[in-house]
Amino acid sequence: MTNSWTDIRNTDLVVIMGGNAAEAHPCGFKWVTEAKANRGAKLIVVDPRYTRSASVSDLYAPIRQGTDIAFLLGLINYCIENDKVQRDYVKAFTNAGYVVKQGFTYQDGLFSGYDEAKRDYDKSSWDYEIGADGFAVVDDTLANPRCVWNLLKNHVAVYTPEMVERICGTPKDKFLKVAEMVAECSSPTKAMTSMYALGWTQHSKGSQNIRAMAMLQLILGNIGVRGGGMNALRGHSNIQGLTDVGLMSNLLPGYLTLPNEKEPDLNAYMSTRGFKPLRPNQMSYWQNYRKFFVSFQKAMYGSAATPENDFAYDYLPKLDVPGYDVLRAFDMMHQGKINLYLCQGFNALQAFPNKQKITASLSKLKLLVVMDPLATETARFWENHGAHNDVDPSAIQTEVIELPSTCFAEDDGSLTNSGRWLQWHWAGGTPPGEAKRDTWIMAQIHLRLKELYRGEGGAFPDPILNLHWPYADPGDPTAEEIAQEINGRALAKVTDTADPTKVLAEAGKLLPGFAALRDDGSTSCGCWIYSGCFNEKGNNMARRDTDDPDETGAYLKWAFSWPANRRILYNRASADLNGKAWDPDRKVIEWDGAKWSGYDVPDIAPTAKPGEVGPFIMNPEGVSRLFTRGMMRDGPFPAHYEPFESPIVNPVAPNVRGNPAARVFEGDFRQFAEPASAEFPYAATSYRLTEHFHFWTKHVVVNAVMQPEFFVEISEQLAAEKGIAKDGWVRVWSKRGSVTAKAMVTKRIKPLTCDGKTVHIVGIPLHWGFTGAAKKGFGPNMLTPYVGDANIETPEYKAFLVNIEPVSGPVA
Amino acid sequence: MNIELSRRAFLQTAGAGLAGTTLGALGFGDIEAAHAAAIRSFKLANTTEARNTCPYCSVACGVILYSKGDLRKGEQAEITHIEGDTDHPTNRGTLCPKGSALLGFVKAPTRLQQPMIRKPGADKFEPTTWEDAIDRIARLMKDDRDQNFVATNNDGVTVNRWITTGFLAASATTNETAFETYKVVRSTGMLVFDNQARV
Repeated sequence: MTNSWTDIRNTDLVVIMGGNAAEAHPCGFKWVTEAKANRGAKLIVVDPRYTRSASVSDLYAPIRQGTDIAFLLGLINYCIENDKVQRDYVKAFTNAGYVVKQGFTYQDGLFSGYDEAKRDYDKSSWDYEIGADGFAVVDDTLANPRCVWNLLKNHVAVYTPEMVERICGTPKDKFLKVAEMVAECSSPTKAMTSMYALGWTQHSKGSQNIRAMAMLQLILGNIGVRGGGMNALRGHSNIQGLTDVGLMSNLLPGYLTLPNEKEPDLNAYMSTRGFKPLRPNQMSYWQNYRKFFVSFQKAMYGSAATPENDFAYDYLPKLDVPGYDVLRAFDMMHQGKINLYLCQGFNALQAFPNKQKITASLSKLKLLVVMDPLATETARFWENHGAHNDVDPSAIQTEVIELPSTCFAEDDGSLTNSGRWLQWHWAGGTPPGEAKRDTWIMAQIHLRLKELYRGEGGAFPDPILNLHWPYADPGDPTAEEIAQEINGRALAKVTDTADPTKVLAEAGKLLPGFAALRDDGSTSCGCWIYSGCFNEKGNNMARRDTDDPDETGAYLKWAFSWPANRRILYNRASADLNGKAWDPDRKVIEWDGAKWSGYDVPDIAPTAKPGEVGPFIMNPEGVSRLFTRGMMRDGPFPAHYEPFESPIVNPVAPNVRGNPAARVFEGDFRQFAEPASAEFPYAATSYRLTEHFHFWTKHVVVNAVMQPEFFVEISEQLAAEKGIAKDGWVRVWSKRGSVTAKAMVTKRIKPLTCDGKTVHIVGIPLHWGFTGAAKKGFGPNMLTPYVGDANIETPEYKAFLVNIEPVSGPVA
Repeated sequence: MNIELSRRAFLQTAGAGLAGTTLGALGFGDIEAAHAAAIRSFKLANTTEARNTCPYCSVACGVILYSKGDLRKGEQAEITHIEGDTDHPTNRGTLCPKGSALLGFVKAPTRLQQPMIRKPGADKFEPTTWEDAIDRIARLMKDDRDQNFVATNNDGVTVNRWITTGFLAASATTNETAFETYKVVRSTGMLVFDNQARV
C-alpha cells in the first residue's frame, strides 16, 4: 500500500476491483465503512461476483475476469475525452510531456520490437528522446505528437464504453456511472483510493492490471494524498515483509537485485544501476544503490567482505535466467532437474497451479523437507486419500522429513502489514511437543552444513564458512539480535558527509537510519529500507503510542513504517508546485519557505525546494511514469490481452493469444483450452471465503464448522441450462484435471454478454484439501493453468476455462 | 466482566449478611456461601498477557494472548484465550471470523508435535529426532551441492550457483526469520528461492 489501512478513513471514493476486502480483509474494510459513515464516501465494486464488498457498495458493476485492463483504459479514455484530468498534477508530476523516441509503435496488439519465436520484445524503442544536454526531452505544452500524453491518448482511444461492454461484459450504462463517479475525483479536493488484491495479480498480465489503475490514479492526482493511493491488500500477514527482505529468486533485501552472469564484477554490476538523473536537479535516490549493496554484503559476510574482494561479490550466485520462480522451479523438478526441496511454512501442493504436475514433480525429488506448524498436504503428497489425492505411495521414492515449527503465538518478532507497518509481537505460549522456532531450525541447518564443510572441504565453501554469525547463542539467534542486524550498525565512526564534525553513529552503535549508510565498508545493514526499525532509540517496531494529531490516521508513533517511518509514500505530491496542499482539508506536508513539514515524514529531502526537485524521488525523472520505458516485459503501456484460456477471441487484437510476452513452458501450452473453446465453454475463477484463511483454518474446528465443505458457485441460469439442482453434485473439469463438488446455485453470479456471446462464470473457492478438521475436498488448483504473469510469474489462477455437468453424489 | 464480578461480590456479601438473620439461623447462610464459592472465577484472572498480531491476512490486527503461566519467568505457558487488542489503531479490538477463532489454530489437533520421516516408497511417517533429521538434511544438502555446484559458466565467468536444490519460504514468518533464512539459503549459492508472495 502507498497509504495505510487507517488512512482509508480520509477518502471520498473507494474502488474495490481485483479484491474483496469485506470478506478477505474484514477488519481493514471497517475503514471503508468508517469513510462512508463519517465522510459520505462512496464505494464502487467491480467484480464478476456480487461479493459482500458489493453488498454494501453504492455502485456494483459486473466484469468478466481477466478484462480489467480494458475497463481501466476505458476509464482513462473517458477522463481524457471529458477533460476530467488534474492537469497541473499531470503536467508537473508525471512524464506526460516526455517525448518518446521515433520508432516506438503499437499496432494490432503488439508494441514495436516483438519477436514471436522468443515471445519477447527488443525494447530499445520504448524510451525517451535524450537531448544534447544528456537529459530527457520534455514538451511542457503537451503539443508534441510523440509526447507520452498524446501517445497515451491514442493508445486508449479504442477502449470506448461500447468496447468496454463488448470485452468486459459490463453494461455500458453501468460502466458510464462508474466513469462519472471516478472522474469527479480529478478535482484537487477529491480523493479516490484503489483497494486491490490477488484478483489483479493472479493473471498473465497482473502487473499491467495494477499499472493501469496507477496511471488512472496519476491522471486524477490521487497519488501521495491522504485518502488516495494504490493500495495492495497483501494476501498473508508477512508477504510484504518476506518480499521486502528479498526472499525471491532474483532479489537482494530492499529491492536490490541479484547479479546476472553478464556482470562478472562489482563495477559491471554497478554500471547498470547508476540511476543518473534524467532531468536536472533530481534526487534519483537509487544513486545510493552502492551504499545499500555494500552495507548488505557487510551484514552477510562481515570482515570477509573487503574493498579488495569487491565486498565478497563472488559469494553471490549469478543468474543465467531472469529468475528461478516457483513455476520454473516446479517445471525443472518435473524434468528431474531438482533433487532437494525445502518448504518453510508453504503448502505448495495446494497452492500451485495444475496439481497433477505438482504431484508428479514432487515425486521426482530425492528429499522434500517441510517445516510447518500444521500437518500440510505437501508433506503428505505421497499419501493416498482416494479421489482427493489419488497416488500410489509405493511408487513414490521421495524421502520426506517433516519438522514441527512454532506459530505466531510462540514466537517473538516483527511482521510487515500491507500498510508497510513493521509491528513487533511477543510470544505468549510454550510451543507444543518438540516444535521449534524457524530461527532455531535455520541456525541448526547452517551450523551443521558449516561443520561438514569445515571437516570435509567441498565445493566453494567460503560463503558458508564466512557467513557473519554474530549471535550470543549461535544455535539459537534471538529476534532482537536479527532485527538489529537488519537495521544496521556503524563498523567505524560515521560522520555527516556535509559536516564531518557531526557524528551520525559511533563505531559499534546501531545506525539511526539508511541516510547513514556508506559504500566504503564502514556500515553494515541487512535491509536498507528497514533501517531505523531498531536503532539506539530502541525497538521502534514495538512502539505502542496511539497519538494521532488531528486524527489524520498517520499514527507516527505506532510501530515503524518503512521507509524512514513514512506513512504515505510520495507525500510530496499532496502539495502543489509551490508546496501548498492541493486540498487544505487534507494536508499531509507543506513547504514553509525553508523546509517541508506536517503530519508525516516528508518523502523528499526536507530542504528540497518545490519546483526544483520532483516528488517521485526514486525515479531518475523525478516524476511518475505514465509510460514505463523498457521496464516492463510486455509493454510501456498496458494493453488488453485475453487470459490464456478465454471464452472469446481478443476483440482488439484477434491474432494475439494471451499475453504475447508471457513465458509458457513447452507442454503447458498443449494443456490450454483453445480460445472460445466448445469443449470448455465456461469462464472459471478462484476465490477466498470470509470464514477461511487459505489452507490453514480448515485445521480449526470453529472455521471447519462454519464452512465445512468444498463447493462451486454458479448462476441460476447456468444451473437451469445444465439441469443442475441447488446443492446437487457436479463434476467440473478443465484440460488439466477434474473435481466433484456441491453446486451452490446463486444470484451472486450472473451470465455476461461478451462480444455477442453469453459467458457463464463458475466460481471455485480454495480452502479445502485432505488434512485438517473440515471435510476432504478439492480446490481450484486441480484445474488451473500453468502460466504466470509476464513480469513476475504469478500464476493465472483467476481466469481459466472449464466444463460442468451434474453427477450423482459420492457414495457415503 | 464487571457483571460477573459484581454478581459474585454481591452473593458473598449476601451470604455473610444472611448468616445473622432468621434464615441464617435455619442454615441457609451456608448454602449461599457454598454457592458463592462454586461460581467459576473470572477466567482471565491470574493470566499473563502478551501483545501479538493476527497471523492470517495483511491487516495485521492487534490481538492479546492470555496464558496460564508466564513465559518471561521461564514458566510453561498455556494460551487459554485470545481476543482483539482495543488499543490497536487498525482493528480497535475487533476481529473477523478467522481471527476470532485463533485459539483453535494455536491448539489445532493437527499441530505438529515432533520431527517425522517418510522413507522412499513407505505409506506412513515414522518419528525421528531433531538431531537425526538435521544431520540428514545437512548431509544431503552438502552431497548435492558438492556434486552440482556450478563455479563457472561455459564462458569461464564465476557464477557460484547451485540450482539442483530449492527453498520455498513462507508467508507468515517474522522478518527476523526471513533475514536469517536469507543468509543461510543465499550463502549456499541457491537460486531456486522464492516465497509465497510469488503466488
